[in-house]
Amino acid sequence: MSASVLFDTPGPKAKQRILLINIIGTLLIVGLLYLVISGLAAKGQMDGSLWASLFTSNAWVNFLLPGLLNTLKAAGLGIVLSVAFGLIFGMGLLAEIKALRWFSTVVVEFFRAVPVLLMIVFFNILLSRTGVVDGTDAPYWAVVISLMLYNGSVVAELVRSGVRNLPKGQREAGIAIGLTGTQSLRLIEIPQALVAMLPALIGQFVVILKDSALGYIIGFTEFLFYARTFASANGNMLQALLVAAAVFILINFALSKLAEFVSRRLSSRMPNEKPAAPEADALLPLAVPPGDGTK
Amino acid sequence: MENYLSLFTEYNIPAAFWVNIQLTFWAAIGAMVLGTILAMMRISPVRSFVTFGAGYVNIIRNTPLTIILLFGVLALYNQLGFTLAADFNQNFFNLAVMGLAIYHAAFVCEAIRSGVNTVPVGQAEAARAIGLSFLPAAREVILPQALRGSIVPLGNVLIALIKNSTVAAVSSVAIEASSVMKTMLEFRGDMIIPIFATFAVGFVIIIIPVGLLTTWLSKKLAVAR
Repeated sequence: MSASVLFDTPGPKAKQRILLINIIGTLLIVGLLYLVISGLAAKGQMDGSLWASLFTSNAWVNFLLPGLLNTLKAAGLGIVLSVAFGLIFGMGLLAEIKALRWFSTVVVEFFRAVPVLLMIVFFNILLSRTGVVDGTDAPYWAVVISLMLYNGSVVAELVRSGVRNLPKGQREAGIAIGLTGTQSLRLIEIPQALVAMLPALIGQFVVILKDSALGYIIGFTEFLFYARTFASANGNMLQALLVAAAVFILINFALSKLAEFVSRRLSSRMPNEKPAAPEADALLPLAVPPGDGTK
Repeated sequence: MENYLSLFTEYNIPAAFWVNIQLTFWAAIGAMVLGTILAMMRISPVRSFVTFGAGYVNIIRNTPLTIILLFGVLALYNQLGFTLAADFNQNFFNLAVMGLAIYHAAFVCEAIRSGVNTVPVGQAEAARAIGLSFLPAAREVILPQALRGSIVPLGNVLIALIKNSTVAAVSSVAIEASSVMKTMLEFRGDMIIPIFATFAVGFVIIIIPVGLLTTWLSKKLAVAR
């Protein structure tokens, strides 16, 4: 943030003023934190025993780790399936046949507009009623299918804008050497678009992991579900939810850092062309891309 | 057909959507206020404010909304006895609004910041060169352009908020769309697909005008550069 639009480089007087405001600001923020923690302590929430039970092997081996494993299983499968779904429908959005393009547009727009939770509730009941999967597995598959449909649609849009942002010469060159339109799309344009959209794609993985927690509502035995089960027995719901949030934040933060790293690597690999990263902001209603703007 | 229409007489579907719209309305105001304050902190030259704003955004953005809303009900209300209204149901509604506002404020902050980032540094330099001091420069030159640049991302946050208002089901807001749909699916097993289609189309009808409006506004107000 060397050249800010809003502020001139401060002179000696402004520097002094900024320093003063900085000190007051720090005191305010520390004071606020102190108020929260002392308020909790006054209610007996900072008692060591409430926290300690969350860091025992019983808590992790019997509750949190099995839950986390289920969360990661659902999110992992969700990621793989949404990328596959996104590639197929992304190609559909770019297809030369008009009917195919229309069909893909309707599917993608529909699943982007419907709340994921509605899909999860619907598929849970549909799967358990029709008995397509074993009743106890219905919540898991409901979460995976819903994550695939919503995030796959977002990925399809990413694929489309990634291909649109490629220089026109790529397609022209493909056609010139005798490839058909579809071949040029598959062999030349999509591979390049995939590389350019990688940071936005990883950002979408954060959304998938966060949304997998919605499974809690339909009784999918994921991380949050086990955290709550453990906490109701131990009377430390507040503490358990904070620990659960911390675990999610850590994993997502690592993913965001990975996206930033990839995006830096890509921009240094393509010195002349800015990597045609699709405008993730306009595409991902739930995720502002990690690290945007903080160059 | 008659069977389908009976769904509307048995259950009050418009009322369910109305709850979601109310949740969205209040949460949008809260998120806008909080998000603007956070954005101002993040673009200020004061270190401690920048750190606080960045910390808030990074923590909240990486936390599932489910946990935030659950925290309001299970930790704040059940465990600490914290209430936002005397009325039992109103309290849950307010807690849900608070959770939604806290979560989406992080995205509003980033939307506004990305708007400020669309203004070229040359604009500020030109403003100073013609002798405008900080406030006039901000008011006349920079903020008008920044606000127009943030219309599209802000519209996307609003769309996300409309959809996420269904998650208020975990805050025990009982009569919003996803809970009503769940009840209907459980009691009317013969109509599973029509019920889902009705609610899905309901959301499509609410969301498409918002999307069209933001696109239209951003084009109409686009800064010619």
